[in-house]
Amino acid sequence: MTTSVKMPQLGESITEGTISKWLKQPGDQVKKYEGLVEIITDKVNAEVPAPLTGVLKEIKVKEGTTVTVGTEIAIIEESVPATASAPKAQPPPPAATVAVPSPALGEGQGGGSSEARTRLSPAVRALIEEHRITDEELSRIEGSGIGGRISKKDVEDYVAKRAQPAAANGEQRQQVALASAAPAPTPGTTVPLTPMRRAIANNMLKSKQTIPHAWTVAEVDMTSVVRFRQKAKDSFKQREGIDLTFVPIIVKAVVEGLKAVPILNASWSDQGVVLHKDINVGVAVSVDDGLIVPVIHQADRLSIAGLAKATDDLAKRARAGKLGIPDVQGATFTVNNPGTFGTILSYSIIAPPQAGILAMDAIVKRPVVVEGDAIAVRSMMNLCLSFDHRVLDGVSAARFLQGVRRWLEGFSDQVPLY
Amino acid sequence: MAVKTVIEAIRDGMDEEMARDPSVFLIGEDVGNRGGVFLASDGLYKKYGELRVIDSPLAESCIVGVAIGAAVNGMRPIAEIQFADFIAPAMNQIIEEAARFSYRTAGDFNLPMVIRAPWGGGVHGALYHSQSIEATFAHIPGLKVVAPGTPADAKGLLKAAIRDPDPVLYLEHKRTYRLVKGEVPDGDRVVPIGKADVKREGKDLSLIAYGLMLTFCLEVAEKLAADGISAEVLDLRTIKPIDQAAIIATARKTGKVLVVHEDTPFAGVAAEVMAIIMENAFDALDAPVMRFTGPDVPAMPFNHVLEEAFMPSPEKILVKARELAAQ
Repeated sequence: MTTSVKMPQLGESITEGTISKWLKQPGDQVKKYEGLVEIITDKVNAEVPAPLTGVLKEIKVKEGTTVTVGTEIAIIEESVPATASAPKAQPPPPAATVAVPSPALGEGQGGGSSEARTRLSPAVRALIEEHRITDEELSRIEGSGIGGRISKKDVEDYVAKRAQPAAANGEQRQQVALASAAPAPTPGTTVPLTPMRRAIANNMLKSKQTIPHAWTVAEVDMTSVVRFRQKAKDSFKQREGIDLTFVPIIVKAVVEGLKAVPILNASWSDQGVVLHKDINVGVAVSVDDGLIVPVIHQADRLSIAGLAKATDDLAKRARAGKLGIPDVQGATFTVNNPGTFGTILSYSIIAPPQAGILAMDAIVKRPVVVEGDAIAVRSMMNLCLSFDHRVLDGVSAARFLQGVRRWLEGFSDQVPLY
Repeated sequence: MAVKTVIEAIRDGMDEEMARDPSVFLIGEDVGNRGGVFLASDGLYKKYGELRVIDSPLAESCIVGVAIGAAVNGMRPIAEIQFADFIAPAMNQIIEEAARFSYRTAGDFNLPMVIRAPWGGGVHGALYHSQSIEATFAHIPGLKVVAPGTPADAKGLLKAAIRDPDPVLYLEHKRTYRLVKGEVPDGDRVVPIGKADVKREGKDLSLIAYGLMLTFCLEVAEKLAADGISAEVLDLRTIKPIDQAAIIATARKTGKVLVVHEDTPFAGVAAEVMAIIMENAFDALDAPVMRFTGPDVPAMPFNHVLEEAFMPSPEKILVKARELAAQ
């Protein structure tokens, strides 16, 4: 019996996918849930599992080709167990009738959605405790369970591997380091497009062609925030195990600004401007071969500490290539942080269908005229907003920036971290 | 040691106990000259006579009531209910009298009696000849409930039930009668009530079952092994008093447990097993405890297609077990 494998719908509103890599070749044995093919949709690589055990009979769609959801991409010949001589005693395993892996499954296999990966079973927690496995180590353990969940067995295997002689470990590390070092591009050659490069290109082009961008900048006195962070960061690190960066504080300010100016937390449509209920903030993260914008969902429900944890988690997983489709979907506004690279004025391109993107530029000490016409050294930062002029006008944009600026400048010890 | 079927093991068990102890006798519908509808007592009437193998009226309350009266007077009756489905008319005798007798008399009286009842489906028996009744009776304090799945356990547990000082409901799965064969140790081997048995060692997940489902689970374990999944199979054997230690041990060992029974799910034996695991082995779990049971519908259908749909099968259990293994 043959079963056709179809391009799965790897998330809401995703209509097509690109075959990035076949993990199996025709004639190969495949096990149910084993990785069959890597598919790229809108910036994320998702590994799609085989829907059943059998032999990969035919590949219908070549690598690099984009097809719509539901298109047949491969055929698997189901292996017939020896016991199935009496056909009636062999009801088809339910999965065999599901040619398209359910979205949830597909999403999960794409390196693991955050929820599944972070759901550690009591047995796993006990093993982590027993073997003193650090968070960093844990992030390196590949989860073999549903949704990329780390199972008891995965941890046991890891512990067994860790116990191997140090020499072997060193070798392995070196190999990894070599593998991850990108080859230096040679001038005079054409660098082939990675699927991510192509996805970014398509998105940016679409944005610039369809969205009339407007751009506006506000200058913010970050002195209070800088002082506060200086004071709080050590104890925060000790308490939470992560750095307190400026990003979660800015995101918090953005959330407050969006609450005050909801028209910016919106999308253009021909039927009207869609005002979003949730405030989902995308935070741009640069990775080796491009840029990923993971999303803090319902950022308006998180404290500064919560936002810090969320950004830290997303950035780490983005760099480890462990983001799932839900992690990069549903942003209603984006925050970009080019300032870490020293920029002072950035003109960002809006990620459709959002209505705006805010760039945090570098915080630099400058002489500033303050109250009483005195000149003082203050930590200054430019916040640059690109917005969709179809959705809102300069007045609303300026009101938003003013709200963000006031919130940041009014920052004090009284602002709760939690 | 000889290979026997379950029904032969039960017959041997009764025979040996009747030979050993003159106070043991059998009462039930057609158990005498006819040898029982399943021939469980075939030959016993000839061997022990009509005073020890008694054909009763078609009245289950009478069968159990007579057994209670005999037991309180020092006999060790085996009361056969022809099909477990017919036990309802005897409910009052079993629950209100037998189960409470020792408690009610502050231990002055015991009822050393066995109620044997062929149960379970998959035999084209339809509504009145296929039911599972274990959860109903396991709920009643004062009753012991056993459900062996192999010939050796069937014989050993029957001996234990006959010798037990309290009422024991002895459930024999009809489908296993002639389907399940196995070595039965020679001699007077008693299988203690309240002790589960690991029928197959494994380390990745545990299947907990009893009765016919034990056979199915062993088959499932074999198929899982072909996929490199090592499944442990725990045979409960006794439903009440349940072997908590064995359940906890296997749950702690594998961290993944699938409980299987043919009885309907709500407030069933699986629910109790799952509660025991959650209360005692939560910290060792690697996945939510799962169960696979018959559906929550009134009775086994007559239509064969529907009967198959109702009955758990190795194929269906395998799907669930794989789901658990993949967690």
